[in-house]
Amino acid sequence: MVKVKLFGIAKDIVSASYFETDSGITVNHLKQRIIDKHPSFSDLRSVLVAVNDEYALDDVVIDENDDVAIIPPVSGG
Amino acid sequence: MVGDLIHISDKALDTQRVTELVASPAAGAIDVFIGTVRDSTQNKSVHRLEFESYDSMAIKEMAKIVNKASEKWPVIKMAIHHRKGVLDIGDVAVVIAVSSPHRKAAFEACQFAIDTLKETVPIWKKEVFDDGEVWVAAHP
Repeated sequence: MVKVKLFGIAKDIVSASYFETDSGITVNHLKQRIIDKHPSFSDLRSVLVAVNDEYALDDVVIDENDDVAIIPPVSGG
Repeated sequence: MVGDLIHISDKALDTQRVTELVASPAAGAIDVFIGTVRDSTQNKSVHRLEFESYDSMAIKEMAKIVNKASEKWPVIKMAIHHRKGVLDIGDVAVVIAVSSPHRKAAFEACQFAIDTLKETVPIWKKEVFDDGEVWVAAHP
């Protein structure tokens, strides 16, 4: 299992600061899973995934030891 | 040292210190951007802002901004300090300081840095109103 960190509105939607998912799935698959489980994600301007502190493309496969996070639309500054 | 130049803090930012970090004998200009907490948004009164950061990734994304700016302009040094946690009206949320030999590059690099930060750095702000709260820019 891989721990997926949640921030900002993603944390509020899931009501948790992280959740666990299977390793071996793609970034796109992870996005689909979270949108299926929490449809509010599809209302967001964007849903991106970071793997090891870098924005990850949809076809990236998530490994067991990866550091994974859901990145909702950022609003720093 | 990158550790000084790029920083995320849950304590008040020191604008003077950030400015001093980029000082250099080779500099003819230092441009400083200070982002502060405004008391209203779209005619709604704001009580406070709450910033959340994915620190490890945010630091990396801010370092990318410094590198990219240094490729585009003759930047001598650039410092980016961002605040997180609960901020009140008037508090400083971000300070960006850039030194360069001449002012034009300093202005342009500084604007590039804040514009890019708002698009790429994983930091989120929540506006807290009388009657609720909203994560800024989350929805279209």
